[in-house]
Amino acid sequence: MSPLKKLLEIGSSPHISSGASVDNIMFNVVLALLPVTIFAVYAFGTGAALVLAAAVLSCVLTEHVLCKFAGQPTTVGDWSVAITGLLYGLTLPPDLPLWMVFVGGAFGVGVGKFLFGGLGMNAFNPALVARAFLQAAFPQAMTHWQMPFIDDRFTHIPSSVLAMPFAEPVYDAATQATPLAQMKFEAVFAADAQLMYGLTTGSVGETCGVLILLGGIYLVARNMMNWRIPASIFLTVAVMTWIFQQIDPQTYPGPLFMLFSGGLMLGAVFMATDMVASPITHIGCWLYGLLIGVLVVVIRFWGGMPEGVMYAILLANAVSPHIDNLIQPRVFGTGRKSG
Amino acid sequence: MLDFAKRDSFPHGIHPPENKDDTSGLPIRQFPFAPVLIVPLSQHLGKPAKPVVREGQEVVRGQTIAEADGFMSVAMHAPASGTIRRIGLAPHINGQMVEAVYLEPLPASTQEIADGEPCDVESATPDEIVTAIQRAGIVGLGGAAFPTHVKLRPPEGKTLDTLFINGVECEPYLTTDHRVMLEQTEDIFMGIRYLLKVTQTPRAVIAIEANKPDAAEKLAAAVPEDLPVEVRVSPVKYPQGAEKMVIKALLGREIPSGGLPADVGAVCCNVATTAEIGRLLPRGRGIQERVITITGPGVSKKGNYRIPIGTTVRFALEQCGAVEDISRVFMGGPMMGPSVSNLDIPITKGTSGITAFTAAETGGSTGHRKVYPCIGCARCVEACPLYLNPSQLGILAKFEQYEQMADDFHLMDCFECGSCSYVCPSHIPLVQYFRMSKKMVRKMRAAA
Repeated sequence: MSPLKKLLEIGSSPHISSGASVDNIMFNVVLALLPVTIFAVYAFGTGAALVLAAAVLSCVLTEHVLCKFAGQPTTVGDWSVAITGLLYGLTLPPDLPLWMVFVGGAFGVGVGKFLFGGLGMNAFNPALVARAFLQAAFPQAMTHWQMPFIDDRFTHIPSSVLAMPFAEPVYDAATQATPLAQMKFEAVFAADAQLMYGLTTGSVGETCGVLILLGGIYLVARNMMNWRIPASIFLTVAVMTWIFQQIDPQTYPGPLFMLFSGGLMLGAVFMATDMVASPITHIGCWLYGLLIGVLVVVIRFWGGMPEGVMYAILLANAVSPHIDNLIQPRVFGTGRKSG
Repeated sequence: MLDFAKRDSFPHGIHPPENKDDTSGLPIRQFPFAPVLIVPLSQHLGKPAKPVVREGQEVVRGQTIAEADGFMSVAMHAPASGTIRRIGLAPHINGQMVEAVYLEPLPASTQEIADGEPCDVESATPDEIVTAIQRAGIVGLGGAAFPTHVKLRPPEGKTLDTLFINGVECEPYLTTDHRVMLEQTEDIFMGIRYLLKVTQTPRAVIAIEANKPDAAEKLAAAVPEDLPVEVRVSPVKYPQGAEKMVIKALLGREIPSGGLPADVGAVCCNVATTAEIGRLLPRGRGIQERVITITGPGVSKKGNYRIPIGTTVRFALEQCGAVEDISRVFMGGPMMGPSVSNLDIPITKGTSGITAFTAAETGGSTGHRKVYPCIGCARCVEACPLYLNPSQLGILAKFEQYEQMADDFHLMDCFECGSCSYVCPSHIPLVQYFRMSKKMVRKMRAAA
């Protein structure tokens, strides 16, 4: 039979594609997070490992169950909920009770993502929604900071991690205030190098700024991350901090301290860049980063809390659609912007 | 990312694999005559031509078989010596049935081409050249099939400063313009003489992409001393061959939204079209064949062919050896070429190639891949050569907000280059949405 006798298929042009796919991008984000994740387990031991596992499990399970419940095919295969889970785990204290981790993960994915309509529709970064929920529900447990590199971290599971639901957690690991809390409440500034290489207390995956940057560079090199957003945040925070340091070096720390302390690095590189919840144009991204940067500095310097990255990003997420409405690309052959 | 640093190119755009190596080195060969040639009376934008032959009549190759009906129309010529069997409906690549002349070539004929009334470049007036181009049935051979004579005269009150001869050929797989530039160099310069006279432009620029260095060298070396022609080579990027892009790349000027090249003092003519003008006008002939590339993994005898207008896709594929697992065939290249829904569709003046894919290639194309929701990655925004917002347009299309798409987001500027769909990691068929939305807008505007 001639090959032309059989049915040929038809389809809309273009008939070729770049081969890019959502699941591949998401998988690469997970890859980019691996160095930070491994370092987190190395620095904080079994507690961090359990918290991370619980975070990923809670998010993935929640999405899978909700999809089944809604009668849809499950969407966990696109890897996006895995990122949510991993990022969420990386923002938690290393000795947080696991039941809290599960509650937060279910809330973040259920309310922060699924109720909004799933992937592509979430107005806020679901990992931060989960964390914000825990911060409001369990403020004490969420500000309890295990020391890194304690000797028995691989052999001993912090008892708080295994606390029964709604029971008062018992803390048995050595703790220390975070560098930002020390700055805020004691006017003590940690050394920049300690912050960069992750030798301080903090959330599971926020401490080692160098590795976070490495992951970010990998994603930018593969065109899977908009570098303008972290660049804009870094610039804003650095410039504002430098100005205030010039005014009063006793009260205000230097730019490097601000960039590498707290959740700024993790937030700027991996959370603010959530494609769904950030603007689509270049100018929009610069503005969005500027907003986050200003909010972070304002909250850290003059707010009631030592850290403000999470709220800064969530607020900017809320503004992002408005930035997109306001700033559209200038269409070829027109002097004005469309939209 | 650093487009502004690149010279002689335009911002945004994409870099699909070129896949031109299979055919770019193959000289143009004459294609055999099919048992029946189907010549549609509407192969161009505008009014269909008026047939001047009747069923049963014998015609000579090159003879005019249909005349232009008004200014927005061109003539048609017999692609072979033979007998007119029928004048009736035939399938067209746009999915509709159109009037066509069915011609049965005479096997015994020598297939000499009939000459017509010559148009001498030295003595002819611009108006005479315009008429000669229309009579020769010349349309844009790059794919748009816009009647060439319509756009050549400078509009009232405007002067044109640059004539672009477009040899960019940015579509992957296609190598017709490349071969024409190598093999019809003299024809091209003759064509430029006609065009310079009609358009009254002081200079011509031949635009070529860097993947055709041999063509650029050959043309640059062959520029006649008395012709103000410059050969410019741009870095490879899709869709640089689009009129708006090539003018932006080489002149830095933006054709206004909804405007014409004349609005920025330019006029564009495809290089193969130019070569045909130079080849046909001195002998008063018309277009009865054209150069096309038949290529892709779906055929075994790939090549560049001078093929009679009206040859069906079926005959072309049979001659070129369709392979066992051929699965999708389209006219033109893979970025903009429409799928062939019927193998009896004839090759027309606007057909620059036939590309055949096998299942291995189509597995990665529309209809085969899982579609995800838009994640706002902005790759389409970075790719769109017209700086539109395909992401937003795609969402609006889903909600059938056609008016808003056209009024607020310049939908009607989209020329369906396919860059957005190509890069979309969510595999959203954006161009398909836009094509349909544009049709809806036109319908609504016509009804209003």
